[in-house]
Amino acid sequence: MPLIDTIKEAERLMTICNACRYCEGFCAVFPAMERRKTFGEGDLTYLANLCHGCQGCYYACQYAPPHEFKVNVPQTFATLRAESYADFAWPGFLGSLFRKNGVVVSLGMALGLGLLLLLLFGMQDLSIIFGSHTGEGAFYRVIPYAAMVWPFGLVFAFALFSMIMGGVIYWRSTAAKSGVRLSVGAILGGVRDVLTLKNLGGAGGGCNYPDESFSGKRRLFHHFTFYGFMLCFAATSFATIYDHWFGWIAPYSFTSLPVLLGTVGGIGLLVGPVGLMKLKLDADPAPRDRDLMGMDVAFLMLLFLVSFTGLALMLLRETSAMGTLLAVHLGFVLALFATLPYGKMVHGVYRFLALVQDAAERKVE
Amino acid sequence: MTDLSQNYDVLVIGAGNAALCAAITARHAGARVLVLEAAPRHSRGGNSRHTRNIRYAHAQATDYVTGPYPVDEYIEDLMRVTAGKTNETLARMVLEQSKQVVDWMQDQGVRFQKPLSGTIGLGRTNAFFFGGGKAMMNSYYARAEKLGVEILYEAEVTGLTLNDGRFTGAQVLFGGNAHDVSARALVVASGGFEANIEWLKEAWGEGAENFLIRGTPFNKGAMLRVLLDHGAQPVSEADQCHAVPIDARSPKFDGGIATRVDCVIYSIMVNKHAKRFYDEGEDIWPKRYAIWGRLVGQQPDQAAYAIIDSKIPGLFMPTVFPAIEADTIPELAGKLGLDADALEKTVTDYNACVEPGDFDPTGLDGCHTKGANPEKTNWAQKIDTPPFYGYPLRPGITFTYLGVEVDEKARVLFGRERKPASNIYAAGEVMAGNILGQGYVGGLGLLIGTVFGRIAGEEAARRAIN
Repeated sequence: MPLIDTIKEAERLMTICNACRYCEGFCAVFPAMERRKTFGEGDLTYLANLCHGCQGCYYACQYAPPHEFKVNVPQTFATLRAESYADFAWPGFLGSLFRKNGVVVSLGMALGLGLLLLLLFGMQDLSIIFGSHTGEGAFYRVIPYAAMVWPFGLVFAFALFSMIMGGVIYWRSTAAKSGVRLSVGAILGGVRDVLTLKNLGGAGGGCNYPDESFSGKRRLFHHFTFYGFMLCFAATSFATIYDHWFGWIAPYSFTSLPVLLGTVGGIGLLVGPVGLMKLKLDADPAPRDRDLMGMDVAFLMLLFLVSFTGLALMLLRETSAMGTLLAVHLGFVLALFATLPYGKMVHGVYRFLALVQDAAERKVE
Repeated sequence: MTDLSQNYDVLVIGAGNAALCAAITARHAGARVLVLEAAPRHSRGGNSRHTRNIRYAHAQATDYVTGPYPVDEYIEDLMRVTAGKTNETLARMVLEQSKQVVDWMQDQGVRFQKPLSGTIGLGRTNAFFFGGGKAMMNSYYARAEKLGVEILYEAEVTGLTLNDGRFTGAQVLFGGNAHDVSARALVVASGGFEANIEWLKEAWGEGAENFLIRGTPFNKGAMLRVLLDHGAQPVSEADQCHAVPIDARSPKFDGGIATRVDCVIYSIMVNKHAKRFYDEGEDIWPKRYAIWGRLVGQQPDQAAYAIIDSKIPGLFMPTVFPAIEADTIPELAGKLGLDADALEKTVTDYNACVEPGDFDPTGLDGCHTKGANPEKTNWAQKIDTPPFYGYPLRPGITFTYLGVEVDEKARVLFGRERKPASNIYAAGEVMAGNILGQGYVGGLGLLIGTVFGRIAGEEAARRAIN
């Protein structure tokens, strides 16, 4: 359950906003609000997850603190979102991990790294780890194929399943309660909004950063991060296909599809998280929930380090550093996978579903 | 760092729409400009931050308006609402120039949005600011700062040194110290006096104590008073103001748009004696919105109550405070602090007079009473389906009309002979009464501020630099 206080505060704000409506041009949240007269917990959870935190409505608000109405929608929605992440986590008892997220991530990372190094040093001769390997199967001479595929496959499958379950629980608590039906059109609408980040567009001006002024930077750096992640994911998928269907064994040449996609994506995952981190540090704290910084920073750090170690591995794969870099890189990847369902990554799941609900509601209208 | 001892070209007092338009224009013309804002930064921008749209003449539909609005139609609208109480020369000039304002505003970084659901019937004539008036003001402030306009917050002007229509200096309280600020030209754009309850009492009597002020608490009319005391020619009257019925539970100041209650035409309105006092169904709400503030203000204790039944919620904009709810009329009366028997009698009498008809909330439906006092001429339905709801209402003052007379160069006119001041200009609410002697049409106040702000800024800069 999100805290009663947060729900009450969100309901109070939406009642004020619905009587004002000056912000209806900013994003999907306010038109969705206007489709409602009263705000139940499901409605508020939906609206909070639909909110992209652009902060436009805060700086435009005639009722922002210190006005006695104290309207701060982005901050309250950020808090409510974080509470809803814990609420929808699967299995439920792991929901409390969101609150200790920064710590969890570092522990997860350490665990992943430790395990790998242990496997590495336990099973291999030092001369192999610190030797140079080239040609087909070079990686697997350092870490055996099975030691790579099984832990990663299992952890990733669990993370994926867990996030899907979270999505199902979310949908049942929000859209299904409002009688919203899934449709192909609505899903496509949601996909389009995710791909374009239309809601961070602010009528062409972007969102408010670092203060009242408008900037397209947040949308840009999120695009770098998102598309970078997707390209890296595509690289891994192609590599899997190469390996399983064609029997082509890694490492692949610099001009091969997996390496090209991974390189471009990897650069996106360096630029994006660094940019987003800088925005977070420079931004006005007033419309934000500072308690959530740990979760945001941990996720950005992991993405950055996964990419950084991956690119380093690619560049130095024919040197004696390959063994160590491989272990470190895989450690970060494992830590990222393990924390996916209990960290910032889930915002993507719920935001997407909220956008799908929004598209479905707009269609009915 | 601002040095108040230097001699500025143009001093702008006030920092709302008109003031910033003047400051930006004067700065464009090359003047060194100082803006003095009495409010702290977080509530800068006067009443402009509560606004939402500007009415302007245009030849065709654009991204922001749904159809053409010719100057001639605009003039007709103005003549109708003011009943001729307008300076026609100035009015025509403003409406002619209105054709350029939206382009100019966009050049300054102000953004507009598509006409959406909350456009209250103004989608064709008015362009809506993206995010409303505070967002517009943020754009103006950003622009002004970028151009090098100096802006001081929490800087209160306490007096002006004027000699025979010539401004030489302003007395300013800033940072706990008194300063004498000199400038070659002065633009007064510091709004009306609606937040000055004592002054309102002069026009409205003790009842003004019960008025709520929808806008900034800083519009005390200090500069208006100084100019009038120095012989500036007044326009309009002290009791002319824009006032609407707002929820009695609203903040004393700065309640803005959200405190309005839009169910009046579907309700019966009663005063503290539970008696009806005016035809609630006289016309559609956008055309009657602004008369009800005055009507409520004329009731005992400046209080009124809108009474509806469960057929009505959903037909009007959601309210910021919940309606007071009861299962019976006497119970509702008790919760509203009205006499139960009196309210029950009023409702029973009214119900008995309601003629059958087809209720249509979207337009004048002719559903009326016969024999009621006063009659209700549209949307008259029996109040008979519990639960019943009531909203306690008070007059909410938006702005005042009493101002100083100006000429087409925004120069303040002094004395009966209307001698133009040599270096004193006025823009915005402090002179809007030249054009709006009475009545109102939505989005015109902001237009007057924008056009006269630009004129005042340009003329003041020219006067200062030459």
